[in-house]
Amino acid sequence: MVSVDSIIGRNSLHRKVQRSLRIQKLRALGLIAPLFIFILISFVIPIGDMLFRSIENQLVSEVLPRTTEYLKSEQINEDWEPPNELFWHLYVDLAIAAEVKLHTRVGSRLNYEKTGISSLFRKSGRSIKRFGADDYRKALTDQIPELTSIDYWELLAEGTKYGYTRDTYNAWKKRLIENDDFSEKTKPSDFLFVVLANDIKSSGTTPSPDTILEEKLLPVISELPEIRFKELFLETDEDWAEPDVWDTIQLYSPSFTNGYYLNSADFKKGSDGPELRPENERLYVLIFSRTLFMSVTITMVCLLLGYPVAYFLANLPLKYANLFLILVLLPFWTSLLVRTSAWKVLLQNEGVINDVLVAIGLISNLERLELINNQTGTIIAMSHILLPFMILPLFSVMKTIHPSYVRAAKSLGATPWTAFRRVYFPQSIPGIGAGSILVFILSIGYYITPELVGGTTGTFISNRIAYHISSSLNWGLGAALGSILLAVVLALYWVYDRVVGIDNVKLG
Amino acid sequence: MANFQPYDTKSDKAWYYIFRVICGLIFFFLMFPILVIMPLSFNAGNYFTFTPEMLRLEIEGFSLKHYRDFFTNPDWQVAMYNSFRIAPVATLLSVGFGTLAAIGLSQSHVPFRRTIMAILISPMIVPLILSAAGMYFFYSRIGLQGTYIGVVLAHAALGIPFVIITVTATLTGFDKSLTRASASLGAGPIRTFFKIQMPLILPGVISGGLFAFITSFDEVVVVLFVGSASLKTLPWEMFNGLREQISPTILAIATILITLSVLLLSTIEILRRRSERLRGISPS
Repeated sequence: MVSVDSIIGRNSLHRKVQRSLRIQKLRALGLIAPLFIFILISFVIPIGDMLFRSIENQLVSEVLPRTTEYLKSEQINEDWEPPNELFWHLYVDLAIAAEVKLHTRVGSRLNYEKTGISSLFRKSGRSIKRFGADDYRKALTDQIPELTSIDYWELLAEGTKYGYTRDTYNAWKKRLIENDDFSEKTKPSDFLFVVLANDIKSSGTTPSPDTILEEKLLPVISELPEIRFKELFLETDEDWAEPDVWDTIQLYSPSFTNGYYLNSADFKKGSDGPELRPENERLYVLIFSRTLFMSVTITMVCLLLGYPVAYFLANLPLKYANLFLILVLLPFWTSLLVRTSAWKVLLQNEGVINDVLVAIGLISNLERLELINNQTGTIIAMSHILLPFMILPLFSVMKTIHPSYVRAAKSLGATPWTAFRRVYFPQSIPGIGAGSILVFILSIGYYITPELVGGTTGTFISNRIAYHISSSLNWGLGAALGSILLAVVLALYWVYDRVVGIDNVKLG
Repeated sequence: MANFQPYDTKSDKAWYYIFRVICGLIFFFLMFPILVIMPLSFNAGNYFTFTPEMLRLEIEGFSLKHYRDFFTNPDWQVAMYNSFRIAPVATLLSVGFGTLAAIGLSQSHVPFRRTIMAILISPMIVPLILSAAGMYFFYSRIGLQGTYIGVVLAHAALGIPFVIITVTATLTGFDKSLTRASASLGAGPIRTFFKIQMPLILPGVISGGLFAFITSFDEVVVVLFVGSASLKTLPWEMFNGLREQISPTILAIATILITLSVLLLSTIEILRRRSERLRGISPS
C-alpha cells in the first residue's frame, strides 16, 4: 500500500518542478519576445505584404465597380458587341475616377496585360468631359439654383428615391475625401447632373413626394439632347468596340488574380485558361534559368577554388593557419561595393587585367577581352565575393578530420590519391554541402554585383524584380517574381537548417 | 620548409609544391583586387589603370587629389554624415534586442527553439532585394518609407542575425555553475547578469555589434528602396557613381573603407582570442 503522504509529497514535488520549468520557459520567452516582435514588424510582415501584392488585384474592380459588375454576366467572344448600357456604366466609373486621376492607374494596370489600354483610358478620361454634361448642369441649375451647392446634394443623397444618384454621389465624394479635395465649397461635378437627370427621367412616371424637383426638372430634361455614350466613346477611340479590351477588363475584375504568376512563367490569362505568351514576349523562364545556371556556375567555381585553400589551411600548424586565414577574412570583411568597384576597375576594357595581358603579349591591343558587362564579369566578381563563404565552412569541417585516418590508409597501401578520394574526401562532404548551399543561397538572390558588372546578359532575376518595383512600377509582377525566388531560397534554407543546423553558422 | 618523410616519393614532393603554388594563386585572386585598388587611388590622372609615370615610381604620377575630392565634395560629405547617423543607431537596436534574445534562446527549455531561431536568422538568408521590396511596400503603407526611422529599423533587422549568431556562440561555452555560484552568494538576477554573465559574453556582443555596424554601413539595396534622396548613404553614392560615370574618387573611398575593415577585423580577432581565453577554451 502506498501511503497518502507519499502521494501528496510526490505530487507536490512534481508540481514544483513543473512550476519552476514553466517559469524558466516564460523567462526565456520573455527575453526573446521583444526581438521577435521587432523582427515581425520590421521584417516578416513586409515580406508578407510582398506575397500579398503578388495576388492582389483590387484596383480594377475598385475603380470600375459598375462596369465590372455589369461585365460579370456577359459572355464575351469574338462576335460580342458591347451594349449601350455598358458604356453608361463606364462613363460614370470613368467620370468619378478622372476626378482624382485614378483612371490612368487602372489604365497602366491593364496595360501590363494588353498593350494600348493605358492610352485608351488616358484619352477617354480626357474626352468624357466633352460629352455634353455641362449642358445638363446649365439646364438643371437654371431651374433650381440650389443644385450648385453641395448641401443640396447632401440632402438628395439622404433621400432614398434616386438610388443611382445617391450611390454615384457618395462614391464621388469618397474619392475626393481620400484625395483631401472635399470641402463644403466643393462644386458638384457636371456628370452628376447627367446621373440625376437620368434618375429623374426613369422614375418620373411614378407619383412621388419629390414633386417640386420633378415638376421643375422633368420638362427641361426631356428637352435636353440625349447623350449617346457608345457613339461618343467609339468616336474617342475605336478600340472600345474591340471585344479583347472588354475581355481583359473582365478577366482582371476579381480582387485576386493568378495573372502575375502566370506572367512570371511566360503565360498569360486567356478566356479559356492560361495560354503561352507569343515567343517575343517570353522572358522570365529565360531569366530564371539564367539565374540558376549562373548560381550553379558560381557555386562550382567557389568549390573548386575554396576546397584547396581550405585543405591547405586545415593542414597548417595553427599559428600559420590563423595568419593565412586573415587573407580569407580580409576580403570577407571588405565592403561589398569596394570589391565590386575593384572588379569594375580591373575588368574594364582599359583596365589593369587587359593592360597586363597586352603588355606581356598574350593578346594584341586590338583584341582586348570583353570581361565586363556580360556573364563572365558577373561570374568572376561574384565568385570572388562569395569565396570566403565557401572556405570558412569547409575549413571548420576539415579542421576536425584527424590526419591519422589518411596516414592509416596510406600505411595500408593506398596511393595518396586513393587515400584522399576514399578517406579524406568523404569526411569533408558535410563542409562541401554547407558551403555550397550557403554560396548558392547567397548568389541566387544577388542584386548589387550583377547590376554593376552584369550588363544586360549577366543579370539575375533580382535585377528584374528591382526594375519592376522602381522603374516599370508593375509591383504585382515584381512581387510575384520575388515570391518565386523567396520560395526557392526558403526551401534551400530549410535544407541547410536540416543538414548543417542554423546554430552552427560560423562568422569568421 | 617542407618536412618530407623518407617514404615520400618524388611525385609526392612535386605535388606538395604544385599544391602550394595553386593555393598561392587562389590567395592572390582573393587579395589582388583589394591590394591593387589602393595604389590606383593615388593616381594623379583620372585613369583606372597604372600610368607609365606610376610604374616608373615618379612622384608626378601620384597625388592625393581623389582624397581631396572626397573630403571637400558636399555630396560625399553628406553621404558620410548620413552613414554615420544611421549605422550606430541601427547597431544599438540590433545589439540590444539581439543580446536579450540570444540569452533567452540559450536557456535550457525554450519551446519552438528551432523555429524561433530560423525566423530570427532569416533576414540574413532572404535575398536583400526581397527584404527591400517588402519593406518598401509595407513601410509606405505605415508612413515609414523615406524616413530616417524607417531606414534605421530596416538596418537593425538586417543586423540582428549576426548579433544572435555571435552571442549564442559565446553562450554555448558558458558555465552555468558561475551564475548559480553568484546566486548562492546572494546576488540577484540583475546583479548576476551585469557582474558575471555580461563580462563573459561581452566579446561576443561587441563582435556581433561590429558585424551589425558593417552590415548597416555597407548596405545599399534596402536604403535605395526605403530611403530617400536626403538619406543617401555612402554606399548609395558609391552605387550611383559606379552605375553612371565612374569617378576615381570611388577608389579613394574604397581605400579608406578597406583601412576601416582592417581595423574592424583586427578588433574582432583580438576579441575572439580574449573571449576564448576568458572562457578557458584553448584556441584549437
